[in-house]
Amino acid sequence: MKSAWTRRTFLAAAATAALACTLPATAAEPIKIGLVTALSGQSARAGEAITRGLTIAIDELNASGGVLGRKFELVRRDDEATPAKGVIAARELVFKEKVAVLFGGLDTPVSLAIVPIMNQAKVPFIGPWAAGTPITKNGANPNFVFRVSAVDEIVDKAMLQYAQKNFGTKKPGLILINNPWGASNEKGLRAAMQAKGVTPAGIEKMENSDIDVVPQLTRLKEAGADTLFMVGNVGPSAQVVKSLDRMGWKVPIVSHWGPAGGRFTELAGPNAKTVHFVQTYSFYGNQRPVGEKVMKMLMAKYPDIKGPDDVTPAVGVANAYDAMHLVALAIKNAGSTDGPKIREGFFKIGSYDGLIKTYNKPFSPAVHDAITENDYVWTQFVDNKILPVGMVK
Amino acid sequence: MLVISAIITGLGLGSMYGLLALGFHVTYAVSATVNFAQGSSMMLGAVFAYSFAVRLGWPIALAAPMALALCALYGILVEFIAVRPFARRGSNAWLMATVALGIVVDNAVLFTFGKEPRGFNMPWASGSIKVFGIGVSPLQLMIPAAGIALAGALHFYSRRSRGGKAMLAVVQNPEAARLMGINVARVISGAFALSTVFAGAAGILIAPLFNVHSDMGTVFGLKAFAVAILGGITSAWGVMIAGVVFGVVEALITALLGSTYTQILSFALVIVVLAAMPNGLFGRAEVKKV
Repeated sequence: MKSAWTRRTFLAAAATAALACTLPATAAEPIKIGLVTALSGQSARAGEAITRGLTIAIDELNASGGVLGRKFELVRRDDEATPAKGVIAARELVFKEKVAVLFGGLDTPVSLAIVPIMNQAKVPFIGPWAAGTPITKNGANPNFVFRVSAVDEIVDKAMLQYAQKNFGTKKPGLILINNPWGASNEKGLRAAMQAKGVTPAGIEKMENSDIDVVPQLTRLKEAGADTLFMVGNVGPSAQVVKSLDRMGWKVPIVSHWGPAGGRFTELAGPNAKTVHFVQTYSFYGNQRPVGEKVMKMLMAKYPDIKGPDDVTPAVGVANAYDAMHLVALAIKNAGSTDGPKIREGFFKIGSYDGLIKTYNKPFSPAVHDAITENDYVWTQFVDNKILPVGMVK
Repeated sequence: MLVISAIITGLGLGSMYGLLALGFHVTYAVSATVNFAQGSSMMLGAVFAYSFAVRLGWPIALAAPMALALCALYGILVEFIAVRPFARRGSNAWLMATVALGIVVDNAVLFTFGKEPRGFNMPWASGSIKVFGIGVSPLQLMIPAAGIALAGALHFYSRRSRGGKAMLAVVQNPEAARLMGINVARVISGAFALSTVFAGAAGILIAPLFNVHSDMGTVFGLKAFAVAILGGITSAWGVMIAGVVFGVVEALITALLGSTYTQILSFALVIVVLAAMPNGLFGRAEVKKV
C-alpha cells in the first residue's frame, strides 16, 4: 500500500517534472538574431562595432524579459568581406539556424548579394552599415530589406544641403573615386544638385593609385569651384588634402564618410581637419539620456572601453543598437517570429526614443530607410578623433 | 598654369614609371625574362623603408640603403625560385611564376604590415615651393633627378665597370660569355637584384607623396610594363624617356580633357604607338637566328 502510493507519487512527480522541463523550455526558446559581417581582416573592427551595438541592445532587451516572453540570442558568421562567403553564411543562418531576422555588415557588395536570398526566404534583412542605395531600393515586392544607416542617395542630398547652409556653396566641384561607389554617388549628387538648380563646376575622378590629384583639382579650381564634394576611401581622400596643400588652395571640403575608415590625420597631415564628413552618430559632446545610458552599458560590458575614444567606429555601434531595438518592436508588433508578419511589424512601429534620434513611424511600405538627411552628424578629424564639427576650434 | 602644373606632376610620376620600367629592361636584356611583379618589388621598398624609418625610428640615410639591400636580396630570390627553374627548361612558365610570387608577397605583407594605408611623412615631401608660380613639393623635383641619376648610373656601370661589361657580354652572347669565363647565372641573378633595387627606389621615392600599403605597387607595375614595351624594352634610355613621356601625357590628358578619359586615352595611345612602331619608340628589331 505504502509502496503503491509512493510509486504513484513518484510518477506524478516525474510527469510534473517532465512537464515543467518541456513547457517553459518551449516558451523560453530564444529568438535567434543573425549577423553576417566581416569579423576578420581589415574590416574586423567594423564587424566588432556592429556586434557590440547589437549585444548591448540584446542584453538590455533580455534584462526586461525579452519580447513575446522569449529572449534574444545573437548568432554571428564571418563573411570575410566577400559576397560568396556572405551568401553561404546567410543561407546557413536563415535555413539551418532559422534566425528571425538577419543583420548585414559594412560591405555593400556583400549585402547586395544577400538581398535576393532574404526576399525569397521572406526573412527580414536589416542593414546597420552598408550605404549602397540599391540595398533597400532593390525592386522586390514584397521587400524584406530595412536599413538603419546612411544611404548614398540621402548622404548626397545632405552634402549639398550642408554645403549650402554652411559655406554658401553655389558652384561645387566633385572629386569622386573611380569605382561603383563613386559612380553611385555621382548619380546621387547630380540628382540632388538638379533638384536645387545647382550646376557643378566640374566632375572629376580619381584612382586609388593617384599620387597627385593636382591636375583634377586645378581643373575644378579654374572652372570656379567654391566647394569640393569628395567621395573616396581614406587613402584617396588624403591624397586630395595633400594635393590641395601643395596648390595652396583653401577650399571647403564636404565629404562622404570615407575618411572615417582609417588613419586620416596620419595620411593627410594637419589639414585633415578641413574635411567635414558625414557620420550617423558621435559619442562626443553633449549626449541625450539614451547616449549616456549606452555609453555606461558599453563601459560596463567591455573593459577596453574607457570613454568615447574607444567606441570606434561609432557609427557601427550606434546604428546596430538602434536597429536591434527597432527589430524588437517589429517582432512585438508582429506577435510572432514569422518573417512576413515581422515585415508588417516594422510598418507599425510608432515612436521609439533611440540613440541616433527619436524615430517616429520610421518605416512604411515606401520607406525602408530609417535615417534621413536631417539625422546626420557632421564631423571632422582632430588628431585621431572624429569629433562633431566645431567642437574643438 | 594648368599645363605647367600637369607637366610637373607628369615628370615626377613619369620618372617613377621609368625607374620601374628600367627594372624590366635590365633583366630582359641579359636573360629575356622579367619579374612581372615589379609592383610588389616597389611596394617592398616602401614597406621596408617605412618600417625602418618610422617604426624603428632609424635615420632615412640608413633606412633607405637597408631597404634597398633587402630589395636586392628579394630580386635574387625571385630569379632563383620563380625564373631560373623554368627558364632552364626553356619553359615560359616564369611568366606565371613571377606573378604568383608577387601575389604571395603582397599577401604576406598584408598579414604582417596590415591592410590600413600608413602615412610615410618626410619633411621634404610636405610643404610647397613655387616653380613658375605653381606650388610643388620638393620631392616632386627630386624624383625626376633621382630617376635620371639612377639611369645614368646604370649606363656608366654597364660601360665602365667589370661587372657591367660582363653583363653586356651576356646580353650579346651568353654562350660566348660563358666560354670567356663569365658566370652567366651570377650575372642574371645580379640583373634581377638590380631590377628590384630600381623598383624599390621608386617605392621609397614615391611613398612620402603617397601612402604605404600592401597593394600600392599593383597598378604602377602594370603601367611600368606598358612603358617598358612602349620605350622598346631593349633600350635603357628608351624606357626611361618613355616613362617620362607616359607620365606627362597622362597628366596632360587629365588636366586638359578631364580624368574620365585618362586611362582610356593613355592606354589607347600605347596601342597606337605599338601598332605603328612594333619595337617601341627606341627599341631595335630583334633578329632571330635560326
